[in-house]
Amino acid sequence: MLGGFLAQLLNGVQYGLLLFLISSGLTLVFGVMGVINLAHGSLFMLGAYLAFAVTGAALPLWLALPLAVAGGAVLGGVLERTLFRRFRTREHLDQVLLTFALILLFEEARAALFGNDFHGVPVPAALDFSVPVFGGFAYSAYRVAVLLGCLGVAALLFWGIERTKLGSAVRAAAEKPEMLQLLGLDAQRLHTLVFAAGTALAMLAGALAAPLYSVFPGMGDGFLIISFVVVVVGGVGSIAGAFWAAMLIGLVDTLGKAYLPGVAGLAVYALMAGVLLWRPAGLFGRA
Amino acid sequence: MSHQVIPALSRRALLGAAALAPLSAPALAQGAALKLGLMLPYSGTFAALGENITAAIEMYLAEKGGRLGGRAVQLVKLDDESDPSKAVQNVNRLLGRDGAQAMIGTVHSGVVLAMVQASREKGVPLIIPNAGNANATGELCAPSIFRTSFTNWQPAFGMGKALAAQGVKRAAWISWDYAAGREAGQGFEQGLKSGGAELVKSLWLPFPEANFQPLLAQVPGLGVQAVGSFFAGGGAVQFVKDYAAAGLKNSVPLCGSGFLTEGTLAAQGAAAEGVRTALHYGDGLDNAKNHAFRAAFKARTGREADVYAVQGYDAAQLLAVGLEATKGDIAAERALVTAMRAARIDSPRGAFTLSAQHNPVQNIYLRQATEGQNKVIGIAAPALADPGTGCRMASI
Repeated sequence: MLGGFLAQLLNGVQYGLLLFLISSGLTLVFGVMGVINLAHGSLFMLGAYLAFAVTGAALPLWLALPLAVAGGAVLGGVLERTLFRRFRTREHLDQVLLTFALILLFEEARAALFGNDFHGVPVPAALDFSVPVFGGFAYSAYRVAVLLGCLGVAALLFWGIERTKLGSAVRAAAEKPEMLQLLGLDAQRLHTLVFAAGTALAMLAGALAAPLYSVFPGMGDGFLIISFVVVVVGGVGSIAGAFWAAMLIGLVDTLGKAYLPGVAGLAVYALMAGVLLWRPAGLFGRA
Repeated sequence: MSHQVIPALSRRALLGAAALAPLSAPALAQGAALKLGLMLPYSGTFAALGENITAAIEMYLAEKGGRLGGRAVQLVKLDDESDPSKAVQNVNRLLGRDGAQAMIGTVHSGVVLAMVQASREKGVPLIIPNAGNANATGELCAPSIFRTSFTNWQPAFGMGKALAAQGVKRAAWISWDYAAGREAGQGFEQGLKSGGAELVKSLWLPFPEANFQPLLAQVPGLGVQAVGSFFAGGGAVQFVKDYAAAGLKNSVPLCGSGFLTEGTLAAQGAAAEGVRTALHYGDGLDNAKNHAFRAAFKARTGREADVYAVQGYDAAQLLAVGLEATKGDIAAERALVTAMRAARIDSPRGAFTLSAQHNPVQNIYLRQATEGQNKVIGIAAPALADPGTGCRMASI
């Protein structure tokens, strides 16, 4: 029983780390630019289908990871310059309409390019083995690699946000936008960078997740909703908030599915409601 | 189904009937070809299934010189894309513009409901060559509706029964939480019970999520000797691979409805080796009809026959029984239905008859995935009939 519980904790941490990877980009874009990007889940899906396309062409999955990051950065930069820049000061409803339109466009593109099938993505041959964890349960080496990879990206993000000049500009923009002007920083350039980074993170998460969750139409929708929960619980614009909220939600969702299947769907939303009542700006948000 | 749809539907139905009227008069004349509508997926997820069903129907027609009951048969094909949102429109087109007088279709259980509804309203004979939803030969049963495939309940019942016969006392069930998964889960539980075994726990995942980890991590703690499951296609590939990667395959054997390993063995690779499933067909089934059928199908299409081809072939065979009894008159409903009901179909899967609800009473075979094939290793449940719960068959 204890072994089973530890295995579920590990599942929760692994799921939480992946959630962090997806929601870190969302919280940055939301916090720094004030833009609600509903298409963030579609960007995750794009990364997953990129991995599917790369492995489908008999190329190694490893190739999909830098491609997802580079492709995501370029796509994010272009989207910001052509569309999001014009919508930054518009009402949230306009932003929702814009990003909802993007969801439809991305889904149609996916249907045209890959059809509507549910596809598996093979695990890299070198990691196609399992290691025992707890209670007669094993983890595939690839799942362990994803866990470590997510931790690595999280460490890199923390370092970037806390220790670099660019990071302090991002924090300033998220907390006190007027500071940017005072410091003489180029807000437009920062927005392009943040949106490019957010898109790259979402697509990287998708590419990493594809062998674990398969690829299928609308796969980004579920991840989008849970990512918004992470952002709201953690506090908009806070990377540390997104990290701890993602871990919390990963654990609550996994343990809920395992031990209280009847109310598992509700558990994370009850958690969100509780956190918002207690701290309306989220765990790490500044009211 | 929302109620708002109904007025639009009947308006379409009227238009369809109006379009059909000028065609039906000459069609009744002796010697005119019978228009047999095939509404199947020729694109999308299930395209390969639709192609094999169609190829087998064409093969049977060719064997009979293009005539059933002395009447020439002309096929009218329509791609349903396995899209339920277009299903009503498609079936109206098939019966209206295309003038189909009988229908064979389809694969997707959401799409088949529109065909079932049309058959109930207009009395056009329908033979279902795949979709396994219980209600088509349950609550929605009708004299004009037949099926030559299976219900979701049947293979899962066979699997549960076979496990109990092997001495398994406690088993668990894992599936997506949708109609097919629930129907199969019910079959599995009843199959276990029939042999004195117990279903300890059912674990469900929302469709089509593929995060199986929280479910799989519970398996070692359940104290079960086997896990049964219902997944198909890409979901089955991911599930079988995750099950093996979780280190459970050797400690708690995985089994399930045959679709778990049907057409997916190449993608599942070593993870599927040894997995036992139950289905009404399998590889290496040793009977003369099967050998002849497989050889002829291979010669005609260049592909190996599969369960879908068998189901299509038998749909054509069943229609032939009806048309032979009426000498090709599709409108002689009473004689047609009476003959089809009493049919004994000499199928490549082994001969089968039909239940009172018009679903096959058939052997469910036990298979084991061996070197990329679902080898038949025994009979899980002989001459198994679906309970047909909820069917109140109208008289003819």
